[in-house]
Amino acid sequence: MIVVDDVHKHFGGFHAVDGATLSIEKGSITGLIGPNGAGKSTLFNVIAGVLPPTSGRVIMDGEDITGLPPHTLFAKGLLRTFQIAHEFSSMTVRENLMMVPPGQRGETLWNTWFQRSRIREDEARLAAVADEVLEFLTIDHLADERAGNLSGGQKKLLELGRTMMVDAKIVFLDEVGAGVNRTLLNTIGDAIVRLNRERGYTFVVIEHDMDFIGRLCDPVICMAEGKVLAEGTLDAIKANEEVIEAYLGTGLKNKESA
Amino acid sequence: MDFINGLITFLNFVAVPATAYGAQLALGALGVTMVYGILRFSNFAHGDTMAFGTMATILTTWGLQSLGVSLGPLPTALLALPVGIVAAIALVLATDRVVYRFYRRQRVVPVMLVIVSMGVMFVYNGLTRFAIGPDDRNFDDGTRFLISAGEFRRWTGLDEGLAIRSSQAITLATAIVVVAALFWFLNRTRTGKSMRAFSDNEDLALLSGISPERVVAITWIIVAALATVAGTLYGLDKSFQPFTYFQLLLPIFAAAIVGGLGSPLGAIAGGFVIAYSEVMITYAWKKVLGYWLPERFEPDNLVQLLSTDYKFAVSFAILVIVLLFRPTGLFRGKSV
Ligand SMILES: Nc1ncnc2c1ncn2[C@@H]1O[C@H](COP(=O)(O)OP(=O)(O)OP(=O)(O)O)[C@@H](O)[C@H]1O
Ligand SMILES: [Mg+2]
Repeated sequence: MIVVDDVHKHFGGFHAVDGATLSIEKGSITGLIGPNGAGKSTLFNVIAGVLPPTSGRVIMDGEDITGLPPHTLFAKGLLRTFQIAHEFSSMTVRENLMMVPPGQRGETLWNTWFQRSRIREDEARLAAVADEVLEFLTIDHLADERAGNLSGGQKKLLELGRTMMVDAKIVFLDEVGAGVNRTLLNTIGDAIVRLNRERGYTFVVIEHDMDFIGRLCDPVICMAEGKVLAEGTLDAIKANEEVIEAYLGTGLKNKESA
Repeated sequence: MDFINGLITFLNFVAVPATAYGAQLALGALGVTMVYGILRFSNFAHGDTMAFGTMATILTTWGLQSLGVSLGPLPTALLALPVGIVAAIALVLATDRVVYRFYRRQRVVPVMLVIVSMGVMFVYNGLTRFAIGPDDRNFDDGTRFLISAGEFRRWTGLDEGLAIRSSQAITLATAIVVVAALFWFLNRTRTGKSMRAFSDNEDLALLSGISPERVVAITWIIVAALATVAGTLYGLDKSFQPFTYFQLLLPIFAAAIVGGLGSPLGAIAGGFVIAYSEVMITYAWKKVLGYWLPERFEPDNLVQLLSTDYKFAVSFAILVIVLLFRPTGLFRGKSV
Protein backbone atom coordinates (compact mmCIF):
# COMPACT_ATOMS: atom_id res chain seq x y z
CA MET A 1 0.00 0.00 0.00
CA ILE A 2 2.72 2.45 1.07
CA VAL A 3 6.40 1.96 0.44
CA VAL A 4 8.95 4.25 2.03
CA ASP A 5 12.20 3.93 0.15
CA ASP A 6 15.41 5.16 1.77
CA VAL A 7 13.91 8.42 3.02
CA HIS A 8 16.21 11.00 4.59
CA LYS A 9 15.10 14.18 6.27
CA HIS A 10 17.80 16.51 7.51
CA PHE A 11 17.31 19.66 9.56
CA GLY A 12 20.55 21.51 8.99
CA GLY A 13 23.16 18.99 9.94
CA PHE A 14 20.75 16.94 12.04
CA HIS A 15 19.47 13.70 10.47
CA ALA A 16 15.98 13.32 11.93
CA VAL A 17 15.12 10.56 9.45
CA ASP A 18 18.22 8.81 8.26
CA GLY A 19 17.52 6.31 5.52
CA ALA A 20 14.21 4.82 6.61
CA THR A 21 12.90 1.99 4.43
CA LEU A 22 9.67 0.22 5.22
CA SER A 23 6.44 -0.95 3.66
CA ILE A 24 2.91 -0.96 4.95
CA GLU A 25 0.52 -3.74 3.96
CA LYS A 26 -2.96 -2.93 2.76
CA GLY A 27 -5.53 -3.70 5.47
CA SER A 28 -2.99 -3.87 8.28
CA ILE A 29 -2.82 -1.96 11.52
CA THR A 30 0.90 -1.27 11.67
CA GLY A 31 2.47 0.01 14.86
CA LEU A 32 5.37 2.47 14.76
CA ILE A 33 7.34 2.66 17.99
CA GLY A 34 10.65 4.06 19.06
CA PRO A 35 12.20 6.26 21.73
CA ASN A 36 11.46 10.00 21.85
CA GLY A 37 13.15 11.80 19.01
CA ALA A 38 13.47 8.64 16.90
CA GLY A 39 12.05 10.48 13.91
CA LYS A 40 8.58 8.91 13.86
CA SER A 41 6.60 12.13 13.58
CA THR A 42 9.07 13.53 11.08
CA LEU A 43 8.60 10.44 8.92
CA PHE A 44 4.82 10.94 9.12
CA ASN A 45 5.25 14.53 8.03
CA VAL A 46 7.32 13.44 5.06
CA ILE A 47 4.79 10.80 4.02
CA ALA A 48 1.85 13.19 4.46
CA GLY A 49 3.49 15.86 2.31
CA VAL A 50 4.00 18.41 5.09
CA LEU A 51 7.81 18.23 4.81
CA PRO A 52 9.64 17.52 1.57
CA PRO A 53 12.21 14.75 2.14
CA THR A 54 15.89 15.55 1.69
CA SER A 55 16.10 12.40 -0.42
CA GLY A 56 14.22 9.16 -0.95
CA ARG A 57 10.80 8.26 -2.27
CA VAL A 58 7.33 7.50 -0.97
CA ILE A 59 5.16 5.21 -3.10
CA MET A 60 1.42 4.73 -2.64
CA ASP A 61 -0.27 1.93 -4.59
CA GLY A 62 2.56 1.95 -7.11
CA GLU A 63 2.41 5.71 -7.63
CA ASP A 64 5.22 8.03 -6.60
CA ILE A 65 3.67 10.50 -4.15
CA THR A 66 6.90 12.05 -2.87
CA GLY A 67 6.49 15.75 -2.18
CA LEU A 68 2.84 15.97 -3.21
CA PRO A 69 1.04 18.63 -1.15
CA PRO A 70 -1.12 17.47 1.79
CA HIS A 71 -4.46 18.31 0.21
CA THR A 72 -3.63 16.26 -2.90
CA LEU A 73 -2.76 13.30 -0.68
CA PHE A 74 -5.94 13.86 1.28
CA ALA A 75 -7.89 13.60 -1.96
CA LYS A 76 -6.16 10.28 -2.60
CA GLY A 77 -7.42 8.96 0.74
CA LEU A 78 -4.29 9.50 2.83
CA LEU A 79 -5.23 11.05 6.18
CA ARG A 80 -3.21 11.85 9.25
CA THR A 81 -3.66 13.18 12.75
CA PHE A 82 -1.23 15.46 14.54
CA GLN A 83 0.78 14.57 17.64
CA ILE A 84 -0.04 18.04 18.96
CA ALA A 85 -3.75 18.25 18.26
CA HIS A 86 -4.83 20.83 15.70
CA GLU A 87 -8.30 22.29 15.56
CA PHE A 88 -10.18 25.24 14.08
CA SER A 89 -10.41 26.93 17.43
CA SER A 90 -13.13 29.47 16.69
CA MET A 91 -15.51 26.89 15.24
CA THR A 92 -17.67 24.42 17.10
CA VAL A 93 -16.71 20.77 17.34
CA ARG A 94 -19.46 19.86 14.90
CA GLU A 95 -18.34 22.51 12.42
CA ASN A 96 -14.78 21.21 12.70
CA LEU A 97 -15.93 17.79 11.57
CA MET A 98 -18.14 19.24 8.85
CA MET A 99 -15.13 20.98 7.31
CA VAL A 100 -13.53 17.65 6.41
CA PRO A 101 -15.48 16.16 3.49
CA PRO A 102 -14.30 17.47 0.11
CA GLY A 103 -16.25 18.57 -2.95
CA GLN A 104 -19.11 20.20 -1.11
CA ARG A 105 -21.54 22.18 -3.18
CA GLY A 106 -21.19 25.18 -0.89
CA GLU A 107 -17.57 25.55 -1.99
CA THR A 108 -18.31 27.76 -4.99
CA LEU A 109 -19.39 31.38 -4.81
CA TRP A 110 -22.13 30.74 -7.33
CA ASN A 111 -23.77 27.96 -5.33
CA THR A 112 -23.49 29.96 -2.14
CA TRP A 113 -26.00 32.42 -3.52
CA PHE A 114 -28.05 30.35 -5.93
CA GLN A 115 -28.25 26.84 -4.53
CA ARG A 116 -29.19 27.68 -0.98
CA SER A 117 -31.72 24.88 -0.42
CA ARG A 118 -29.47 22.16 -1.85
CA ILE A 119 -26.62 23.36 0.32
CA ARG A 120 -28.86 23.30 3.37
CA GLU A 121 -29.75 19.66 2.61
CA ASP A 122 -26.06 18.80 2.27
CA GLU A 123 -25.28 20.50 5.54
CA ALA A 124 -28.06 18.75 7.39
CA ARG A 125 -26.76 15.42 6.15
CA LEU A 126 -23.18 16.25 7.10
CA ALA A 127 -24.26 17.45 10.52
CA ALA A 128 -25.99 14.11 11.07
CA VAL A 129 -22.82 12.23 10.11
CA ALA A 130 -20.77 14.46 12.41
CA ASP A 131 -23.16 13.81 15.29
CA GLU A 132 -22.86 10.06 14.75
CA VAL A 133 -19.08 10.30 14.87
CA LEU A 134 -19.23 12.37 18.05
CA GLU A 135 -21.55 9.88 19.68
CA PHE A 136 -19.22 7.07 18.72
CA LEU A 137 -16.35 8.92 20.39
CA THR A 138 -18.51 9.65 23.45
CA ILE A 139 -18.13 13.43 23.06
CA ASP A 140 -21.55 14.16 21.56
CA HIS A 141 -22.32 16.51 24.45
CA LEU A 142 -19.53 18.77 23.15
CA ALA A 143 -20.94 19.18 19.64
CA ASP A 144 -21.70 22.88 20.05
CA GLU A 145 -18.64 23.72 22.13
CA ARG A 146 -15.92 25.87 20.56
CA ALA A 147 -13.14 23.46 19.64
CA GLY A 148 -10.55 25.78 21.18
CA ASN A 149 -12.11 25.14 24.60
CA LEU A 150 -11.66 21.37 24.53
CA SER A 151 -9.22 19.59 26.83
CA GLY A 152 -6.11 17.99 25.37
CA GLY A 153 -7.63 14.51 25.39
CA GLN A 154 -10.87 15.73 23.83
CA LYS A 155 -8.91 17.40 21.05
CA LYS A 156 -7.22 14.08 20.36
CA LEU A 157 -10.64 12.47 19.98
CA LEU A 158 -11.64 15.24 17.60
CA GLU A 159 -8.51 14.44 15.56
CA LEU A 160 -9.62 10.83 15.30
CA GLY A 161 -13.18 11.89 14.53
CA ARG A 162 -11.94 13.86 11.55
CA THR A 163 -10.63 10.69 9.93
CA MET A 164 -14.07 9.14 10.29
CA MET A 165 -15.82 11.84 8.28
CA VAL A 166 -14.65 10.57 4.91
CA ASP A 167 -13.78 7.24 3.35
CA ALA A 168 -10.06 7.06 3.84
CA LYS A 169 -7.70 4.45 2.47
CA ILE A 170 -4.87 4.87 4.91
CA VAL A 171 -4.77 6.76 8.18
CA PHE A 172 -1.65 7.82 10.07
CA LEU A 173 -2.34 8.30 13.76
CA ASP A 174 0.35 10.17 15.69
CA GLU A 175 -0.17 9.35 19.37
CA VAL A 176 -3.95 9.64 19.35
CA GLY A 177 -3.97 8.03 22.75
CA ALA A 178 -1.66 10.51 24.48
CA GLY A 179 -3.47 12.25 27.30
CA VAL A 180 -6.60 10.17 26.88
CA ASN A 181 -7.83 8.16 29.86
CA ARG A 182 -7.71 4.37 29.92
CA THR A 183 -11.41 3.75 29.25
CA LEU A 184 -11.42 6.15 26.35
CA LEU A 185 -8.19 4.64 25.07
CA ASN A 186 -10.00 1.31 24.84
CA THR A 187 -12.83 3.02 22.99
CA ILE A 188 -10.30 4.46 20.54
CA GLY A 189 -8.74 1.02 20.11
CA ASP A 190 -12.15 -0.47 19.38
CA ALA A 191 -12.86 2.33 16.91
CA ILE A 192 -9.62 1.64 15.07
CA VAL A 193 -10.33 -2.08 14.83
CA ARG A 194 -13.88 -1.45 13.66
CA LEU A 195 -12.85 1.07 11.00
CA ASN A 196 -10.21 -1.41 9.87
CA ARG A 197 -12.64 -4.31 9.58
CA GLU A 198 -15.79 -2.56 8.43
CA ARG A 199 -14.45 0.19 6.23
CA GLY A 200 -11.16 -1.37 5.25
CA TYR A 201 -8.99 1.48 6.54
CA THR A 202 -5.29 0.73 6.74
CA PHE A 203 -3.74 2.23 9.88
CA VAL A 204 -0.27 3.26 10.90
CA VAL A 205 -0.22 3.98 14.61
CA ILE A 206 2.51 5.79 16.54
CA GLU A 207 2.08 5.08 20.24
CA HIS A 208 4.24 4.84 23.32
CA ASP A 209 1.73 2.67 25.22
CA MET A 210 2.91 -0.89 24.58
CA ASP A 211 -0.34 -2.50 25.79
CA PHE A 212 -2.21 -0.48 23.22
CA ILE A 213 0.28 -1.41 20.47
CA GLY A 214 0.25 -5.06 21.52
CA ARG A 215 -3.53 -5.25 21.46
CA LEU A 216 -3.98 -3.65 18.04
CA CYS A 217 -0.92 -3.82 15.90
CA ASP A 218 0.62 -6.43 13.72
CA PRO A 219 3.26 -5.89 12.47
CA VAL A 220 5.16 -3.44 14.63
CA ILE A 221 8.04 -1.35 13.28
CA CYS A 222 10.65 0.05 15.62
CA MET A 223 12.63 3.18 14.75
CA ALA A 224 15.59 4.76 16.49
CA GLU A 225 17.81 7.64 15.48
CA GLY A 226 16.04 8.02 12.16
CA LYS A 227 16.50 4.41 11.07
CA VAL A 228 14.24 1.35 11.07
CA LEU A 229 15.69 -1.12 13.57
CA ALA A 230 13.31 -4.02 13.37
CA GLU A 231 9.94 -5.16 12.14
CA GLY A 232 7.73 -8.04 13.32
CA THR A 233 5.27 -8.94 16.03
CA LEU A 234 5.56 -6.92 19.23
CA ASP A 235 6.99 -9.92 21.09
CA ALA A 236 9.64 -10.47 18.47
CA ILE A 237 10.51 -6.76 18.57
CA LYS A 238 10.84 -6.79 22.33
CA ALA A 239 13.26 -9.69 22.12
CA ASN A 240 15.41 -7.89 19.54
CA GLU A 241 18.83 -6.96 20.92
CA GLU A 242 19.14 -3.73 19.00
CA VAL A 243 15.73 -2.58 20.13
CA ILE A 244 16.50 -3.25 23.77
CA GLU A 245 19.72 -1.32 23.26
CA ALA A 246 17.87 1.65 21.75
CA TYR A 247 15.37 1.75 24.58
CA LEU A 248 17.99 1.36 27.32
CA GLY A 249 17.61 4.24 29.68
CA THR A 250 14.10 4.99 28.51
CA GLY A 251 13.05 1.51 29.62
CA LEU A 252 10.78 -0.46 27.32
CA LYS A 253 10.31 -3.00 30.10
CA ASN A 254 9.36 -0.36 32.66
CA LYS A 255 6.81 1.17 30.38
CA GLU A 256 5.24 -2.17 29.75
CA SER A 257 4.80 -3.01 33.41
CA ALA A 258 3.64 0.52 34.30
CA MET B 1 -28.23 75.89 24.83
CA ASP B 2 -24.50 76.37 24.86
CA PHE B 3 -24.05 72.70 25.56
CA ILE B 4 -26.21 71.74 22.58
CA ASN B 5 -24.46 74.20 20.32
CA GLY B 6 -21.14 72.73 21.41
CA LEU B 7 -22.43 69.24 20.77
CA ILE B 8 -23.62 70.17 17.28
CA THR B 9 -20.25 71.72 16.53
CA PHE B 10 -18.57 68.56 17.75
CA LEU B 11 -20.83 66.36 15.61
CA ASN B 12 -20.37 68.58 12.59
CA PHE B 13 -16.61 68.86 12.66
CA VAL B 14 -15.56 65.68 14.42
CA ALA B 15 -18.11 62.87 14.67
CA VAL B 16 -19.61 63.01 11.19
CA PRO B 17 -16.38 63.30 9.20
CA ALA B 18 -14.56 60.82 11.45
CA THR B 19 -17.36 58.28 11.10
CA ALA B 20 -17.30 58.48 7.32
CA TYR B 21 -13.51 58.34 7.25
CA GLY B 22 -13.56 55.48 9.77
CA ALA B 23 -15.91 53.48 7.57
CA GLN B 24 -13.58 53.99 4.61
CA LEU B 25 -10.54 52.93 6.63
CA ALA B 26 -12.44 49.95 8.01
CA LEU B 27 -13.27 48.70 4.51
CA GLY B 28 -9.66 49.19 3.46
CA ALA B 29 -8.34 47.47 6.58
CA LEU B 30 -10.68 44.52 6.03
CA GLY B 31 -8.93 43.87 2.73
CA VAL B 32 -5.49 44.08 4.32
CA THR B 33 -6.49 41.85 7.21
CA MET B 34 -7.98 39.19 4.95
CA VAL B 35 -4.85 38.97 2.82
CA TYR B 36 -2.83 38.73 6.01
CA GLY B 37 -5.07 36.08 7.57
CA ILE B 38 -5.31 33.82 4.56
CA LEU B 39 -2.31 34.53 2.34
CA ARG B 40 -0.13 35.44 5.30
CA PHE B 41 1.58 38.59 4.15
CA SER B 42 1.13 42.33 4.52
CA ASN B 43 -0.08 43.50 1.14
CA PHE B 44 1.56 46.82 0.34
CA ALA B 45 -0.23 46.92 -2.99
CA HIS B 46 -3.58 47.33 -1.27
CA GLY B 47 -3.67 51.12 -1.45
CA ASP B 48 -2.97 50.96 -5.15
CA THR B 49 -5.54 48.21 -5.63
CA MET B 50 -8.01 50.72 -4.18
CA ALA B 51 -6.70 53.38 -6.56
CA PHE B 52 -6.97 51.06 -9.55
CA GLY B 53 -10.54 50.00 -8.76
CA THR B 54 -11.53 53.61 -8.17
CA MET B 55 -9.88 54.67 -11.41
CA ALA B 56 -11.86 52.04 -13.32
CA THR B 57 -15.02 53.24 -11.58
CA ILE B 58 -14.30 56.85 -12.52
CA LEU B 59 -13.61 56.04 -16.16
CA THR B 60 -16.88 54.12 -16.29
CA THR B 61 -18.65 57.02 -14.58
CA TRP B 62 -17.39 59.40 -17.27
CA GLY B 63 -18.56 56.95 -19.92
CA LEU B 64 -22.01 56.79 -18.38
CA GLN B 65 -22.16 60.56 -18.03
CA SER B 66 -21.28 61.04 -21.68
CA LEU B 67 -24.19 58.73 -22.50
CA GLY B 68 -26.42 60.90 -20.37
CA VAL B 69 -27.01 58.19 -17.76
CA SER B 70 -27.50 59.46 -14.21
CA LEU B 71 -28.82 58.22 -10.90
CA GLY B 72 -30.54 61.50 -10.09
CA PRO B 73 -29.57 62.64 -6.61
CA LEU B 74 -27.12 59.76 -6.16
CA PRO B 75 -23.64 59.86 -7.70
CA THR B 76 -23.33 58.06 -11.04
CA ALA B 77 -20.26 56.36 -9.60
CA LEU B 78 -22.52 53.98 -7.65
CA LEU B 79 -23.79 52.67 -10.98
CA ALA B 80 -20.24 52.37 -12.27
CA LEU B 81 -18.98 50.65 -9.11
CA PRO B 82 -19.68 47.05 -10.26
CA VAL B 83 -17.56 47.65 -13.36
CA GLY B 84 -14.73 48.99 -11.21
CA ILE B 85 -15.01 45.95 -8.95
CA VAL B 86 -14.84 43.55 -11.87
CA ALA B 87 -11.79 45.37 -13.25
CA ALA B 88 -10.03 45.20 -9.88
CA ILE B 89 -10.89 41.51 -9.50
CA ALA B 90 -9.47 40.78 -12.94
CA LEU B 91 -6.31 42.66 -12.05
CA VAL B 92 -5.64 40.94 -8.72
CA LEU B 93 -6.51 37.47 -10.03
CA ALA B 94 -4.13 38.01 -12.93
CA THR B 95 -1.47 39.25 -10.52
CA ASP B 96 -1.96 36.21 -8.32
CA ARG B 97 -1.66 33.95 -11.32
CA VAL B 98 1.56 35.41 -12.70
CA VAL B 99 3.24 36.67 -9.53
CA TYR B 100 2.06 35.50 -6.12
CA ARG B 101 1.30 31.91 -7.08
CA PHE B 102 4.87 31.35 -8.13
CA TYR B 103 6.16 32.46 -4.76
CA ARG B 104 3.46 30.55 -2.88
CA ARG B 105 4.52 27.34 -4.58
CA GLN B 106 8.12 28.02 -3.55
CA ARG B 107 6.81 28.36 0.02
CA VAL B 108 8.84 31.52 0.47
CA VAL B 109 8.97 33.28 3.82
CA PRO B 110 6.27 35.96 4.28
CA VAL B 111 8.70 38.86 4.12
CA MET B 112 9.50 37.88 0.54
CA LEU B 113 5.82 38.21 -0.35
CA VAL B 114 5.74 41.62 1.33
CA ILE B 115 8.57 42.77 -0.89
CA VAL B 116 6.94 41.24 -3.94
CA SER B 117 3.76 43.15 -3.08
CA MET B 118 5.78 46.38 -3.08
CA GLY B 119 6.80 45.62 -6.64
CA VAL B 120 3.18 44.97 -7.50
CA MET B 121 2.30 48.27 -5.85
CA PHE B 122 4.56 50.20 -8.23
CA VAL B 123 3.10 48.40 -11.24
CA TYR B 124 -0.49 49.11 -10.16
CA ASN B 125 0.43 52.71 -9.47
CA GLY B 126 1.90 53.03 -12.95
CA LEU B 127 -1.20 51.49 -14.52
CA THR B 128 -3.51 53.86 -12.68
CA ARG B 129 -1.51 56.98 -13.54
CA PHE B 130 -1.19 55.84 -17.10
CA ALA B 131 -4.95 55.41 -17.45
CA ILE B 132 -6.19 58.52 -15.65
CA GLY B 133 -3.15 60.72 -14.96
CA PRO B 134 -1.75 61.89 -11.64
CA ASP B 135 -4.14 64.81 -11.15
CA ASP B 136 -6.83 65.38 -8.59
CA ARG B 137 -10.30 64.34 -9.84
CA ASN B 138 -13.66 65.10 -8.42
CA PHE B 139 -16.28 62.71 -9.72
CA ASP B 140 -19.16 63.18 -7.28
CA ASP B 141 -22.08 64.41 -9.38
CA GLY B 142 -24.87 63.67 -6.90
CA THR B 143 -26.64 66.06 -4.58
CA ARG B 144 -24.02 67.56 -2.33
CA PHE B 145 -25.83 67.63 0.98
CA LEU B 146 -28.26 65.36 2.73
CA ILE B 147 -28.65 68.08 5.34
CA SER B 148 -26.92 71.42 4.89
CA ALA B 149 -25.81 73.63 7.76
CA GLY B 150 -28.20 76.39 6.74
CA GLU B 151 -31.22 74.10 6.59
CA PHE B 152 -30.29 72.62 9.94
CA ARG B 153 -30.07 76.04 11.55
CA ARG B 154 -33.43 77.03 10.11
CA TRP B 155 -35.13 73.86 11.35
CA THR B 156 -33.70 73.92 14.83
CA GLY B 157 -33.16 77.59 15.45
CA LEU B 158 -29.71 76.83 16.86
CA ASP B 159 -26.66 79.01 16.25
CA GLU B 160 -24.58 76.13 14.99
CA GLY B 161 -25.34 74.07 11.91
CA LEU B 162 -24.91 70.37 11.29
CA ALA B 163 -24.08 69.46 7.71
CA ILE B 164 -24.20 65.89 6.49
CA ARG B 165 -22.86 65.45 3.01
CA SER B 166 -24.52 62.84 0.81
CA SER B 167 -21.17 61.16 0.29
CA GLN B 168 -20.86 60.68 4.04
CA ALA B 169 -24.30 59.13 4.32
CA ILE B 170 -23.64 56.93 1.30
CA THR B 171 -20.31 55.86 2.78
CA LEU B 172 -21.87 54.76 6.01
CA ALA B 173 -24.84 53.01 4.41
CA THR B 174 -22.65 51.16 1.90
CA ALA B 175 -20.14 50.17 4.55
CA ILE B 176 -22.87 48.72 6.76
CA VAL B 177 -24.32 46.68 3.90
CA VAL B 178 -20.91 45.45 2.75
CA VAL B 179 -19.77 44.49 6.24
CA ALA B 180 -23.03 42.68 6.99
CA ALA B 181 -22.74 40.72 3.75
CA LEU B 182 -19.10 39.88 4.47
CA PHE B 183 -19.82 38.61 7.97
CA TRP B 184 -22.76 36.58 6.78
CA PHE B 185 -20.50 35.08 4.15
CA LEU B 186 -17.64 34.29 6.53
CA ASN B 187 -19.80 32.82 9.28
CA ARG B 188 -22.64 31.15 7.47
CA THR B 189 -21.40 29.76 4.19
CA ARG B 190 -19.20 26.79 3.55
CA THR B 191 -16.78 28.88 1.47
CA GLY B 192 -16.57 31.50 4.18
CA LYS B 193 -15.92 28.85 6.80
CA SER B 194 -13.20 27.37 4.60
CA MET B 195 -11.58 30.78 4.55
CA ARG B 196 -11.80 31.09 8.32
CA ALA B 197 -10.43 27.55 8.68
CA PHE B 198 -7.55 28.43 6.40
CA SER B 199 -6.79 31.52 8.40
CA ASP B 200 -7.10 29.69 11.72
CA ASN B 201 -4.94 26.64 10.99
CA GLU B 202 -3.50 26.22 7.53
CA ASP B 203 -1.87 22.84 8.23
CA LEU B 204 -5.17 21.39 9.25
CA ALA B 205 -7.15 23.11 6.50
CA LEU B 206 -4.93 21.44 3.94
CA LEU B 207 -5.94 18.09 5.42
CA SER B 208 -9.58 18.43 4.62
CA GLY B 209 -11.77 18.94 1.62
CA ILE B 210 -10.72 22.54 1.20
CA SER B 211 -9.09 23.48 -2.06
CA PRO B 212 -6.38 25.98 -1.18
CA GLU B 213 -6.26 27.54 -4.65
CA ARG B 214 -9.98 28.17 -4.52
CA VAL B 215 -9.76 29.74 -1.09
CA VAL B 216 -6.97 31.97 -2.36
CA ALA B 217 -8.93 33.00 -5.45
CA ILE B 218 -12.06 33.79 -3.48
CA THR B 219 -10.02 35.78 -0.99
CA TRP B 220 -8.61 37.92 -3.82
CA ILE B 221 -12.08 38.43 -5.28
CA ILE B 222 -13.42 39.67 -1.96
CA VAL B 223 -10.34 41.79 -1.29
CA ALA B 224 -10.56 43.47 -4.71
CA ALA B 225 -14.25 44.19 -4.19
CA LEU B 226 -13.63 45.65 -0.73
CA ALA B 227 -10.73 47.74 -2.04
CA THR B 228 -12.78 49.21 -4.88
CA VAL B 229 -15.71 50.02 -2.62
CA ALA B 230 -13.42 51.61 -0.03
CA GLY B 231 -11.53 53.57 -2.68
CA THR B 232 -14.62 54.81 -4.44
CA LEU B 233 -16.29 55.90 -1.20
CA TYR B 234 -13.14 57.74 -0.17
CA GLY B 235 -12.92 59.37 -3.59
CA LEU B 236 -16.56 60.48 -3.46
CA ASP B 237 -16.10 61.89 0.02
CA LYS B 238 -12.81 63.69 -0.66
CA SER B 239 -11.46 63.45 -4.19
CA PHE B 240 -9.44 61.03 -6.24
CA GLN B 241 -5.70 61.32 -6.68
CA PRO B 242 -3.51 58.22 -7.12
CA PHE B 243 -0.87 59.46 -4.69
CA THR B 244 -3.41 59.95 -1.88
CA TYR B 245 -4.29 56.28 -2.05
CA PHE B 246 -0.70 55.31 -1.58
CA GLN B 247 -0.60 57.55 1.49
CA LEU B 248 -3.73 55.87 2.82
CA LEU B 249 -1.70 52.69 3.30
CA LEU B 250 -0.40 53.98 6.61
CA PRO B 251 -3.74 54.62 8.35
CA ILE B 252 -5.14 51.43 6.79
CA PHE B 253 -2.31 49.26 8.08
CA ALA B 254 -2.50 51.04 11.40
CA ALA B 255 -6.22 50.21 11.56
CA ALA B 256 -5.64 46.56 10.69
CA ILE B 257 -2.84 46.21 13.23
CA VAL B 258 -4.62 48.11 16.00
CA GLY B 259 -7.60 45.80 15.56
CA GLY B 260 -5.41 42.70 15.33
CA LEU B 261 -4.14 41.48 11.97
CA GLY B 262 -6.28 38.69 10.61
CA SER B 263 -9.34 39.70 12.61
CA PRO B 264 -12.19 41.18 10.50
CA LEU B 265 -13.95 42.63 13.55
CA GLY B 266 -10.66 44.14 14.62
CA ALA B 267 -10.19 45.81 11.24
CA ILE B 268 -13.51 47.58 11.63
CA ALA B 269 -12.83 48.68 15.19
CA GLY B 270 -9.31 49.73 14.19
CA GLY B 271 -10.64 51.82 11.30
CA PHE B 272 -12.78 53.89 13.65
CA VAL B 273 -10.09 54.15 16.32
CA ILE B 274 -7.63 55.56 13.79
CA ALA B 275 -10.14 57.86 12.13
CA TYR B 276 -11.42 59.33 15.39
CA SER B 277 -7.91 59.76 16.76
CA GLU B 278 -6.73 61.46 13.61
CA VAL B 279 -9.65 63.86 13.45
CA MET B 280 -9.76 64.62 17.17
CA ILE B 281 -6.04 65.24 17.48
CA THR B 282 -5.90 67.53 14.47
CA TYR B 283 -9.15 69.39 15.23
CA ALA B 284 -9.03 72.88 16.73
CA TRP B 285 -11.24 72.56 19.82
CA LYS B 286 -11.50 76.25 20.58
CA LYS B 287 -15.08 76.64 19.45
CA VAL B 288 -16.44 73.48 21.08
CA LEU B 289 -14.65 74.22 24.35
CA GLY B 290 -15.87 77.79 24.16
CA TYR B 291 -19.41 76.45 24.35
CA TRP B 292 -18.73 73.78 26.91
CA LEU B 293 -16.44 75.42 29.42
CA PRO B 294 -17.44 78.18 31.84
CA GLU B 295 -16.45 81.60 30.57
CA ARG B 296 -13.32 82.05 32.65
CA PHE B 297 -11.81 78.78 31.35
CA GLU B 298 -12.44 79.70 27.74
CA PRO B 299 -9.30 78.93 25.77
CA ASP B 300 -7.61 81.77 23.96
CA ASN B 301 -5.62 79.62 21.51
CA LEU B 302 -6.90 77.10 18.97
CA VAL B 303 -6.50 74.03 21.24
CA GLN B 304 -5.27 72.02 18.32
CA LEU B 305 -2.88 69.25 19.37
CA LEU B 306 -1.36 68.78 15.94
CA SER B 307 -1.68 70.65 12.68
CA THR B 308 -3.59 68.71 10.01
CA ASP B 309 -0.37 68.54 8.02
CA TYR B 310 0.77 65.97 10.55
CA LYS B 311 -2.33 63.80 10.49
CA PHE B 312 -0.39 60.75 9.32
CA ALA B 313 1.84 61.05 12.36
CA VAL B 314 -1.20 60.11 14.43
CA SER B 315 -1.58 56.74 12.71
CA PHE B 316 2.11 56.24 13.02
CA ALA B 317 2.18 56.98 16.74
CA ILE B 318 -0.79 54.71 17.44
CA LEU B 319 0.85 51.99 15.39
CA VAL B 320 4.04 52.20 17.40
CA ILE B 321 2.18 52.21 20.72
CA VAL B 322 0.13 49.16 19.78
CA LEU B 323 3.14 47.25 18.51
CA LEU B 324 4.99 47.99 21.73
CA PHE B 325 2.26 47.20 24.21
CA ARG B 326 -0.16 44.85 22.54
CA PRO B 327 1.24 43.47 19.28
CA THR B 328 -1.76 41.20 18.76
CA GLY B 329 -4.08 44.21 18.65
CA LEU B 330 -7.44 44.81 20.29
CA PHE B 331 -9.04 41.64 18.99
CA ARG B 332 -6.10 39.29 19.42
CA GLY B 333 -5.16 38.75 15.80
CA LYS B 334 -1.97 37.03 14.81
CA SER B 335 1.00 38.86 16.24
CA VAL B 336 3.19 40.64 13.70
N1 LIG C 1 11.37 21.28 12.19
C1 LIG C 1 12.42 20.76 12.85
N2 LIG C 1 13.59 21.41 12.90
C2 LIG C 1 14.67 20.89 13.54
N3 LIG C 1 14.66 19.69 14.17
C3 LIG C 1 13.51 18.98 14.16
C4 LIG C 1 12.33 19.47 13.49
N4 LIG C 1 11.35 18.54 13.64
C5 LIG C 1 11.89 17.56 14.38
N5 LIG C 1 13.18 17.81 14.67
C6 LIG C 1 14.08 16.92 15.41
O1 LIG C 1 14.04 15.65 14.82
C7 LIG C 1 14.10 14.64 15.81
C8 LIG C 1 12.98 13.65 15.59
O2 LIG C 1 11.77 14.27 15.95
P1 LIG C 1 10.38 13.54 15.84
O3 LIG C 1 9.33 14.51 16.26
O4 LIG C 1 10.24 12.94 14.50
O5 LIG C 1 10.55 12.40 16.93
P2 LIG C 1 9.46 11.32 17.40
O6 LIG C 1 10.02 10.01 17.09
O7 LIG C 1 8.13 11.64 16.87
O8 LIG C 1 9.51 11.57 18.98
P3 LIG C 1 8.29 11.56 20.03
O9 LIG C 1 8.07 10.14 20.41
O10 LIG C 1 8.86 12.33 21.19
O11 LIG C 1 7.13 12.22 19.43
C9 LIG C 1 14.05 15.34 17.15
O12 LIG C 1 15.36 15.35 17.69
C10 LIG C 1 13.60 16.73 16.85
O13 LIG C 1 14.19 17.66 17.71
MG1 LIG D 1 6.37 12.27 17.60
